[in-house]
Amino acid sequence: MDLIISLTVNGLATGMLIFLLAAGLTLIFGLMSVLNFAHGGLFIWGAYTGVWSFQMTGSFIVGIIVAIITGLLLGLVTERLIIRPVYGNHIQQILITLGFMLVLQEFIKVVFGPDQKAVFPPEILQGSFLVGDIVLIKYRLFIIAVGLLIFIVSSFILKRTRVGLIVRAGVMNKEMVQSLGINIKLVFMLVFMVGAGLAALSGIMHAVYSGVIYAEMGLEFSILAFIVVVIGGMGSFSGSLFAAILVGLAQAFMAYYVPALSLAVNMLLMTVVLIFRPQGLFGKE
Amino acid sequence: MSSSLLKLDQVEAYIQKFHILQGVSFEVEKGGVTVLLGRNGAGKTTTLRTIMGLNQVGKGTITFNGENIGDLQTHQIANKGIGYVPEDQGVFGDLTVGENMRVAMKKEDEETTRRMEWVLELFPDLKKFWKKPGGALSGGQKQMLAIARAYVNENELLLIDEPSKGLAPIIVDKVTESIEQMKENTTILLVEQNFMMASKIGNQFFIIDDGKTVHKGQMEELKQDKVLMKKYLGIA
Ligand SMILES: Nc1ncnc2c1ncn2[C@@H]1O[C@H](COP(=O)(O)OP(=O)(O)O)[C@@H](O)[C@H]1O
Ligand SMILES: [Mg+2]
Repeated sequence: MDLIISLTVNGLATGMLIFLLAAGLTLIFGLMSVLNFAHGGLFIWGAYTGVWSFQMTGSFIVGIIVAIITGLLLGLVTERLIIRPVYGNHIQQILITLGFMLVLQEFIKVVFGPDQKAVFPPEILQGSFLVGDIVLIKYRLFIIAVGLLIFIVSSFILKRTRVGLIVRAGVMNKEMVQSLGINIKLVFMLVFMVGAGLAALSGIMHAVYSGVIYAEMGLEFSILAFIVVVIGGMGSFSGSLFAAILVGLAQAFMAYYVPALSLAVNMLLMTVVLIFRPQGLFGKE
Repeated sequence: MSSSLLKLDQVEAYIQKFHILQGVSFEVEKGGVTVLLGRNGAGKTTTLRTIMGLNQVGKGTITFNGENIGDLQTHQIANKGIGYVPEDQGVFGDLTVGENMRVAMKKEDEETTRRMEWVLELFPDLKKFWKKPGGALSGGQKQMLAIARAYVNENELLLIDEPSKGLAPIIVDKVTESIEQMKENTTILLVEQNFMMASKIGNQFFIIDDGKTVHKGQMEELKQDKVLMKKYLGIA
């Protein structure tokens, strides 16, 4: 029983980190049908700048804030310079964003050096709680709490504020939103920036979670996010949370019971979903 | 200077490589209802989309209130004071009726509130189904929502594309009546195949055929002109 709980907590924590990365991706795709393969680059930049400022100042909060600001700014630049010229052209989007992903990754090595770096959680989040026989690692609970908080706040914005309603309306019918006098490009830029900020937040949290950072982890981890976007349904925010948790749990349990399959299991999940529901679990046809 | 609110002069437009509009010219005067007629595929919807900037103007000019709007982006055109009710209504299916209205409302001032109240009185169904998702409405209710959404802002001109399409006669009457009331204080450019409706509320008309305007006149005259009706509208 305690094993199951502990694996579940692992799975949920991983799932939340994937969700933070996938949330932006899915909205970016839903709103402007932009395939952004540079999203993992925003993730590592969040990880590196966050960890760097965390280690410089000793404050994890400062690290998180710096990561998010880096994400927002880098998101702004990426949307303006990389994405805007290639709206409506998927092939060009794939090529240029993949290229930019590699640029961001290599540039990390230039700025922060090519070697892996060890990272430790802040003192207050080290160690674990003991509930009966069950060991609950504090930092994992922290990730789950942050992920849930982000989900709740974002859902509130998407459901209750006019900006949120405009974003959802834009996912459904872009032309109509523009015909109502709304500058959809501005809305998209905002969504892109927030998505990038969340990716960067995911980056710093993941860095501390895995205890190590290296430049390639952005690309590796963003593949999981892409799988989640496909499983959850492109453009579906709730779908990305559900699918991220599914993928996180599948990964955690497989890693324990059938380690050989732990990487394949997500691909397998995606394949099964694509066969039976090509639009994704929460996607609209 | 003419008193025209909207003027299209030899407008041409392409969809991909197809030359769809090949010379559309007409003027909409302030006040009243101008009807665009023409068979299926003549280019009526494309004309409205081109005015809204959803299709690019290939050649020719579009002026609104004396200003060239041909190069503006869709949201800028809308913000000049043009409301658009597309042929497919463009209701946001996952948003409730109330949320659809909220997305549309540019301001929350007194005037907007007043217009909102007025339009809800006109379409009580919208009030009744305020919390229902747009996608769950009937065809007629979707049409009403789309019209209400375009009307709620202080627009000078409404473009309405075939509002009677696919609706039961009794609902068509309701929609007709509502447009009649709106024309009191808003200029309307209406695309309509339902001749009963068009002739009831229309003041002047233009006929589009094969992407060109081929005829214009007062609605009253058209009703008498059996030859014209047969030639361009297929009405005997
Ligand atoms: N997306 C499109 N691709 C190619 N042709 C189109 C497209 N949309 C419309 N058309 C063509 O443009 C012409 C005018 O269409 P439309 O403006 O919708 O006519 P109407 O509204 O008068 O029925 C038609 O011949 C139609 O086949
Ligand atoms: Mg049409």
